[in-house]
This record gives sequence, structure tokens and C-alpha cells, in this order.
Amino acid sequence: MASELTRRRLLAGVFGGAAVVGLARPALALDTAAARALVDAVVAEVNRIINSGASEAQMFAEFQALFAKYADVPIIARAALGIAARSASPAQMTAFTQAFEGYLSRKYGRRFREFIGGKIQVTNAYPLNNFYEVDSTATLRGQPPFDLRWWVSNKSGRDLFFNMVIDGVNMLATERTQIGAMLDQEHGNLDALITRLKTAG
Amino acid sequence: MPGPRRSGMLWAALVAVTVGACAPKTGPGLINDPYEAQNRENHAFNVAFDSHVLQPVSQAYGKSVPGPLRRGVSNFSQNLDLPSYALNDILQARFASAGQNVLRFAFNTVFGIGGIFDPAGALGLPPAENDFGRTLYVWGAPEGAYLEVPFLGPSTQRDLAGTVVDIVTDPVNYIFPKRMHNYPTAAHLAARVGDRYKYNSLINSILHAPGSYQQERLIYLEKRHHDLGMPEQAPTFDPYEDPYGK
Repeated sequence: MASELTRRRLLAGVFGGAAVVGLARPALALDTAAARALVDAVVAEVNRIINSGASEAQMFAEFQALFAKYADVPIIARAALGIAARSASPAQMTAFTQAFEGYLSRKYGRRFREFIGGKIQVTNAYPLNNFYEVDSTATLRGQPPFDLRWWVSNKSGRDLFFNMVIDGVNMLATERTQIGAMLDQEHGNLDALITRLKTAG
Repeated sequence: MPGPRRSGMLWAALVAVTVGACAPKTGPGLINDPYEAQNRENHAFNVAFDSHVLQPVSQAYGKSVPGPLRRGVSNFSQNLDLPSYALNDILQARFASAGQNVLRFAFNTVFGIGGIFDPAGALGLPPAENDFGRTLYVWGAPEGAYLEVPFLGPSTQRDLAGTVVDIVTDPVNYIFPKRMHNYPTAAHLAARVGDRYKYNSLINSILHAPGSYQQERLIYLEKRHHDLGMPEQAPTFDPYEDPYGK
């Protein structure tokens, strides 16, 4: 009896453990193929948006949806804000992240809009440090092609991209400089920066 | 035939390279900008020049000159860059690129009516851009300090030296008949105005935004290192490990 119980417990424990491992797996499953699949989806979406013939305002809304779905906007926002994020209240961080998402969609949406008539193709993917880098090439009309690299991580619990390197220029580093300068202009007032970001980009 | 003015410029370039070699070294992720105060003054000048002259002139040019004509001017100017690219290709022993640039130059000059059209591009023969700043890099010259130059914009000691040498040694000056020497200069200036028009939104978003000095410096250096194929620096910080990026 006792031994039976122990055996059951043991079995339950083993299966339970396996179940936990099984549940945890999706979060650990990011590999080169998954990172590449994510960027494939992003690139297909960008190609669709820029060749949809939609108006600028419509495209910005679509880019915002794209960032919300495929990018780790909270971590990008926090990294862009830098040290100032440390003293921000949770409510301020939420407001900042939201305003930043709109700013990011308008700013990079504008750049992607210049790709109209062109297309982006994923070429390669490999692990880099603690994340994955996925390479793509943008071929635009009347311009030599250039490379667009995406950094993908699952540390948020989902596979999301958290940086783009556009022809060698790192978005995260650029936005840290940009947001830092804006905050300086607002004399370090985060609420004023949030208000400003709602229309910037 | 290099006159006294030309050799003077060459000396200035060489001095710049030598000074560059003596400039303080920096650690990874740090920007070597010991002349920041002067650079910022030049930046303020460049931004004002852009607001009051280049941007308005480019808008007038873009709106009054039809697209095909602007493209023709741009093609003509770019075609004249090719001999200089080829010269630098040879200096860097990149003979395939040299061949590509020479072939493109010959083809577009003949079939593109002096380079106004770009039939070579349509046939899949793009330019392989090159400059003496890159030659200096290939030869092992250090980058030196970051510089922002009036009218010219962002550069480094090595790149500025390269620009000066490229101007002095431009083969076009030796190919072109003397009485027509103003044509290439005029074409380059018009092409630059055309580029300012073409990339208006992008340039405004960098040049006329807060922190434009640091922004332009960062973008120039990152893009330049990328174009030179310099070994990639490890990401300066991982936002998941260190979200505030000390």
C-alpha cells in the first residue's frame, strides 16, 4: 500500500516534472529557426504594409500594431530612457512606453515608407551573445541594397525583436541618444517628455 | 600637375593623418571626440547653413527641376566619381572592383551620353564606392578623432585627410579639358542639393532634432565602420541584463 502510494507519487512527480518542463519549453524553445520565423513574419508584414497603397496615417497605425505584436516595446522603451527609467513610477513607465510605441511607429514607419516598391528578404540567422541575430537585405528601387539586422530574444516570455541595425546603425543606441537629448531639453521632466513623444517622430 | 596650392593641401592631409595617429585612444563603445567644443560650433554652423541655405535651395531645386533632369544631373555627377573609386581600388589591390568601376565608367560615358543616363546600372553593373579614407584604413592608418567640418559635415581625421586627397588626385581633373573644369564641380554641387531634396525627411529627422550633434556623430561613425567592414564591436549593453545601460 505504502509502496504503491510512493510509486504513484513518484510517477506523478516524474510526470508532473515532465509537464512543468513541457510547459516551460516554449519559453526556452527560441533557436535559430524560431528567430528566423519571427523575422520572416515581421518582414512579410512590412512588405505587405509598404506595398498596400495605404495612406501615411493608416500605415503608421499598422506599424504600431506591428511593433506591439512583434517587438519587445517595453524593453526598448526602458533601454531608450536609460537611467531616468530607474526613478520613474510604474504609471509613468506605462505612459512612457505607450507614447514611445507611437513615436517609434511614426519614426520608423516613415523610414519604412521610403521602401515603397522595394522589398526585404531574410538571408541568415545565428546566435549572438544571449540572443539571436537575423540578417535581411532591403532592396529598394534605384538604390544599392543594404542590410537590415534584427535582434531577437525570448527573455520577455515570448519571441520578440528588441533591436534593428539598419545599414550598420543601431536603433537602440540611436534612440538612447535621441530620448536622452529630448529629456535634457525638458530639463529632466519625464511627464513633459511623455507629452512631447505623443506627437514626435 | 600639382601646383603649390595642391601640394599644400596634400601636406595638410598628411599632417592630419599624423596628428590622428597621436590622438588619444579610446576604449570600446567610447567615442574619440577630443575636439568636441570646436566640433559643436561647426555643427551649429552647419545646421544654420542647412536651415537658411541648403534646405530652402534644395526645396526650390526639387520643385522646379523635373525628376528625370535631376536624375540626369545626379547620374552625371556619380559617373564622374568612378575614376576616383577605381584609383582607390588599385591602391587597395581590389582589382575586380577597379575593373567594375572602369567598365561602368566607360559604358555609361559612351552609351549613357557622358553619364547622364545609367544603362550600366540597368544591366546590373552598380558602382563599387571607394575613397581615400578607406585606402588609409586598408593601409592601417588609425581613424583619429571625430571631426565635424564646416559645409562638409561629419568626418574623422582619417576621413578628412582622405577627402582632401580624393579632391587633389581626382583623375577627372586630368581627363577633363581645362576650360570645362567647372562642370564636374557644378554637377557635384547640384547632385548634393538633389540628395538633400531626396532625403529631406530623413535628414530633417536627424539634423533638426534635439541632440542632433550626438545623433549625427553616432550615425556617421556606425555607418562608416559598417561600410569599411570593420570588425563588429560586441553590443555595448544587453537591455535584458542591464535595462538602464549604465
